[in-house]
Amino acid sequence: MRNYPSDARPFRPRDLDLHPPAYHPGYKTSVLRSPRQALLSFSNTPTEITGPVFGHDMIGPLDHDLTRNYAQDGGSAIGERIIVYGKLMDDEGRPVPGALIEIWQTNAGGRYRHVRDTYVAPLDPNFGGCGRTLTDDEGYYSFLTIRPGAYPWPNRANDWRPAHIHYSVFGHGFAQRLITQMYFEGDPSIPLCPIVGTVPDPVGIDMMTAKLDMDATIPFDARAWRFDIVLRGRRSTPFENRPEGN
Amino acid sequence: MARLRETPSQTAGPYVHIGMVPTFAGVLGVFPGDLGDGPLYRDGVKGERITVKGRVIDGAGAPLRDACVELWQADADGLYNAPSERRGRADPNFIGWGRAAAGGDEGIFTFETIKPGKVPFGDGRIQAPHLALWIIARGINIGLHTRMYFPEETEANAADPVLNRIEHGWRRETLIAKRQDGVYQFDIHLQGDGETVFLDI
Repeated sequence: MRNYPSDARPFRPRDLDLHPPAYHPGYKTSVLRSPRQALLSFSNTPTEITGPVFGHDMIGPLDHDLTRNYAQDGGSAIGERIIVYGKLMDDEGRPVPGALIEIWQTNAGGRYRHVRDTYVAPLDPNFGGCGRTLTDDEGYYSFLTIRPGAYPWPNRANDWRPAHIHYSVFGHGFAQRLITQMYFEGDPSIPLCPIVGTVPDPVGIDMMTAKLDMDATIPFDARAWRFDIVLRGRRSTPFENRPEGN
Repeated sequence: MARLRETPSQTAGPYVHIGMVPTFAGVLGVFPGDLGDGPLYRDGVKGERITVKGRVIDGAGAPLRDACVELWQADADGLYNAPSERRGRADPNFIGWGRAAAGGDEGIFTFETIKPGKVPFGDGRIQAPHLALWIIARGINIGLHTRMYFPEETEANAADPVLNRIEHGWRRETLIAKRQDGVYQFDIHLQGDGETVFLDI
């Protein structure tokens, strides 16, 4: 992958007001899994500035195609065929190339292929539910998949997750590491969901909501949804001469 | 240009294994194996080979059985295997990154790695050898960063700039592993008594 001169600079501090707080009792599991003590803050060191990168040699030809990467010979997953794509960029809009993105999701009926998921909706024999890809030189990624279904979950007595796709994003530094969820524009379950509701600002919820993109839709094949992802940017340090930042 | 906001974090949820360790989750045949599984080193690696085992424990004292932990660390000379490492070339036989699911009824995660060398702090002071750990799970809304330090590095730990930033001295102990039967044991307490120090990096 490319190596930019700016790559060794420290990251801008994370604005934790944009992110969900650890403790959010509407999402019940967070009650016992949230620290009570304050986080310890310090400026980036090489430990945080650096991070793993992954090569194209680990990516298989169907890794980004969830309609086929678990399917039997010639088969395909059942459901609404969709492309989810977007640009991975830093907070100044610069592309983040060569970064690993991993996704996972339910099948069209809202069922995960996981031993602990006992939802009554059936598994799809041709759908596994995971994919991965590397962003290209302009920071773009894309997946072909089926639209996941909504499903109930044991939180409050009638809570349903909106249709969503989980994203794990690497960037170039360990401090950029991010896991989020992508929702679909227009889904009426979004404002009802306690997990969505952990995000304190409607602007943040909008950032997690993919938009229907007819221009990228393949006619008679698959509709496209655009989901751009923004990672922390590196600080510019014009008045600092310490090579490792501060 | 106005800066963009970072995309908000969301919990990884209880089925994180499907995406991050699918073989562990029983989703077979999509990828050859689980990314970050196995030793962080290859034959010929420089340094002392070590095993790290731990658990992630909730505020009621129960180990999480649905957590994932990622590890990032320097090689034996204190260099990171990353394009943004500018101080020298890291050991080509050391990956530096690993991922482990908390497995079984006990919720134990395991890493086979090497003991890292020392890495500088921003102001030139030297940090004690440490592992960077990142914890995600159902109920964790934003991944938790912490560090593991080594119990035998008494002097280096006493001078470590990050450990010294922890106001209450007794809390520093939460970042120092215990060594038993040749294995480093590092339990991560999310909440309450002995709560681990988590980092805003």
